This record gives sequence, C-alpha cells and structure tokens, in this order.
Amino acid sequence: MAVVEFQNVSVGYDGKAVTEGLNFSLADGAYLSIVGENGAGKSTTMKTLLGLIKPIDGKIIFADGLRSNEIGYLPQQTQVQRDFPATVSEVVLSGCLNQLGFKPFYSKEQKQTAKKWMDRLEITDISKRSYKQLSGGQQQRVLLARALCATKKLIVLDEPVSGLDPVVTENMYELIRQINREDKITVIMVSHDLAAALRYSSHILQLSDKMLFFGTTEQYKDSDVGHRFIGKAGECDA
Amino acid sequence: MLDKLQMYLGYDFVKYALIVGVLIALCSALLGVSLVLKRYSMIGDGLSRVAFAATTVAMVLSVAPLYLSLPVTVIVAVILLRAGNKKIAGDSAVALISVSSLALGYLILNLFASKSSNLSGDVCSILFGSTSILTLKKTDVWLCTILAVVVILIFIFFYNRLFAVTFDEDFSTATGTKTTAYNMLLAIITAIVIVLAMNLVGALLISALIIFPALSSMRLFKSFKGVIISSAVISVICALAGIFIAIFSDTPVGSTIVAADLAVFILCNIIGLIKKGK
Repeated sequence: MAVVEFQNVSVGYDGKAVTEGLNFSLADGAYLSIVGENGAGKSTTMKTLLGLIKPIDGKIIFADGLRSNEIGYLPQQTQVQRDFPATVSEVVLSGCLNQLGFKPFYSKEQKQTAKKWMDRLEITDISKRSYKQLSGGQQQRVLLARALCATKKLIVLDEPVSGLDPVVTENMYELIRQINREDKITVIMVSHDLAAALRYSSHILQLSDKMLFFGTTEQYKDSDVGHRFIGKAGECDA
Repeated sequence: MLDKLQMYLGYDFVKYALIVGVLIALCSALLGVSLVLKRYSMIGDGLSRVAFAATTVAMVLSVAPLYLSLPVTVIVAVILLRAGNKKIAGDSAVALISVSSLALGYLILNLFASKSSNLSGDVCSILFGSTSILTLKKTDVWLCTILAVVVILIFIFFYNRLFAVTFDEDFSTATGTKTTAYNMLLAIITAIVIVLAMNLVGALLISALIIFPALSSMRLFKSFKGVIISSAVISVICALAGIFIAIFSDTPVGSTIVAADLAVFILCNIIGLIKKGK
C-alpha cells in the first residue's frame, strides 16, 4: 500500500518550477532517500510534501487516513532555536501538539508518548536540561524524538546528520534504521550523504530540474543515473 | 510611611492605577516572551507609534482614544506580522511606519487641536504616559480589566501552542498546526496590549514593558515555563514598585516603572554572569 503518491508534480517557488515531472509512489514501511546536487530541489520537494509550500502542478495523494497531523518532521535547526529558553522535555512534548485537538493542555497519554521516545532515544537523563546548551548530536535526538511524537506512520527528515561528527552520524543513522524497521515508520530523508543513503535506504529518489530516478536502492546501483552520480560522488570523496 | 501608604490606598485613583497597572504588566510580560523570541521586538515598538498617531487623531475628533487606536493598531499589526512572514517587512519597513506615525501624529495635533489646549502637555502625556494612569475613569478601568483578562486567558489556553509555534514554525505547520492563525492571534494581542500599555507608560516606553521582563528572565531560567512565569512576576513587581515610588516621590509613573525594569534587568544580568562563572 502506498503511503504517498506523487502524480506529475512540479515543485518550486512563486510559480517557477525548480523540479518537474515527479511521478512516484512510496510503499508503506519504505526508507526513501532524496538525493541530488545542490539546488536540485530536494528541500523544495520535501517542503511541498509537508504542505509548507503548494505544488505548482500535479497532485500529492496520501494514503487513507494519513493527514498532516500524523506526519513527523525533523527540520534543520533555525536561528531562533540557538537562544530559545526551552528544556528537552518541553521541546519533545511539543511534538504532541497535533493531537491536542481543542484541549489546552497535554494529556497523560501524550506525556507518556513523549517519555517513551525520550527513553528510546536515550535522552531521558537530560530531559530537564536546556536545549540550546546541548551538543549538536543531542539536539538532533531531541528533535527526532519530537518528530516521532507527532507520528505513527511517516517521518520526514531534512539532512538529519549535517554538522555532526562521524561517530554521532553513524549513531543517528542506526537510530533511524531502527525506527524504520522496528516501529514500522516510513522514512523520507533528504540527504547529501550518498554513501549512507545507499547503505541504509530501501529506495532512492534522485532529482535535478526533473526527476532523474525513482526505484529501489538495488535498481539505482545498476542504473545509468546511479552509475554516474555514484561515480561523481566518489570523485568528490577522493 | 505605612500610614501614608494606607492613606493613598484609600483613594480610588490609586486603586485603579494599581489594578490596571498590574494587569497591563502581566499581559505585556506574557506577550513579551513570544515577541522577543520571534525577533519581533521592533514591531512592538513600531506599533506603539501607530497607536500614538491614532490617539492624536482621536483627540482631534474628541472621541475616546481607545475606540480609535485599538482597531487601527490591530489592523496595522496584522499587516506587519503577515508581511513579516513573507520576509518583506524588514527593519526598514517597521522603522518607516514608526517615524511616519510619530511625525504625522504630532503634525495632526498641531494643525487641528484647539489653540487653547495644552499641546505639549498632551503630547508628553501620550508619549510618556505622565499621569494618565492616575486619571483613569471607572469605565477605562473596566475596559482595561476586561481586555487584560481576555489576553491572559488566551495565553493560558494557547500556552502550549504558542510555545510550539514560536519554537519552530515549520515543524508546527508541517505537522498540522494552523500557524498563520496563531501568528494572527499574536498580532492582535500585541496590538491590544500596546494600546492598553499606553495608559501605563505612554507610547514611547511600551517596548520596555514588553522586552525587559522577558530578557531579564532569559538570563535566569532555561525552561520556557520558567521564563514565562518569571517574566510575569518581574513585570508585576516592577510595575507595583514603579507606581508606588512615583506616588511617593512625585516622579512620572511610566519612566519610574521602566527604570525599575532596567534595574532588574541589570541585576539579572549580574546574577546570570555569576551563575555562568560557577
């Protein structure tokens, strides 16, 4: 069953398309990495998927019952958050906001959900600490916990490892893999890190001004597009 | 000293000033945390000039200032915050509105106010709130009280939403929260608080009431809840202290309150530095 389907979607700003011809359907439980060079419309596509900007053309269809208040999102950090007074538990709990309905305060159940994810991501012991004073890796865990509070089905990650050191990066990828496999949450990740994308994800979406490739990671490795891009990325690393 | 205090508390105008002063201080502190964190401090400052201009027009037309300045300020606030989201209303746009309102307000008063009135006294009173808090009528007190209570209730009810939307607007939108609606709500509350606060400290000093308690609290507390509660407490204490000092030593109420806020801010900074040094 498809979690989300793009039907001939064009994405962009102010009526100008950045990427056109997006046609794909993502199965429930998949782990999709969106790759491409800078300016290829990765973030634009992701923001369109999240409903932050409107598609210029085409239709995005979500599976039955999946509404925007059931999608988890791990954005890149913003300037505001660098000096925002907030504890870890306050930030994580705010992920439950979309289940609040018309009530002013969080229920016991929602606090339990927040606690469950803090335990899972091993940030319970820092739950009373100030978010802005944490290390980059800890902050990403907090934001991941918040995203998980907001969803049971689909989580969207925007370059979740940017700025993290190699060990912390590996941990983060492991966590995301666990969440995908054990909690059966579909993952869509925008990534700069092609090697990791190939290693961890089940599907690849490669973008430039149009959709270059969509398919499983195995298919991608065998494709012309894949060959070229993997070769290029290899050169950069060398 | 205590006798004198008791005597003053016997006067209605002192009671009114205290009730309205505390409520306004509470509202502006609650609002201030969100505005400071959203980097909207200057918008508050600009809006207070708009409220000044609207008040001068109301004076010329001899209607009660609140009836004109409230709707005008609300409309401008909504426009500014909406534009702010599209990144058009930068610093300069706010500055433009701010100085234009100030200039036009003064111009309007000079052109149309009756020559017999005490022009500079009026202007001074609107800008610095010199005595207006001590000359409130019963209807003003009721109106201020109702508006302030509404603002406080909104803050309590929307506390969690305001936190989430302030901390991360994109996340909140993406996960299904109507952030535009909350920004609108924030704009309207900002306008209401500014118009109310004009009574207490005057148009030029409102920003102090909004910004100082939030900044002071952020030096001391690391949780959002802590900062909100501490802002409210600091703001109310400074307002009370300011009003009493002003009555006893015959200083202008607005500037005395702001001076108290400044003193607390410096104190909090010192405490913050000491805490950090440990």
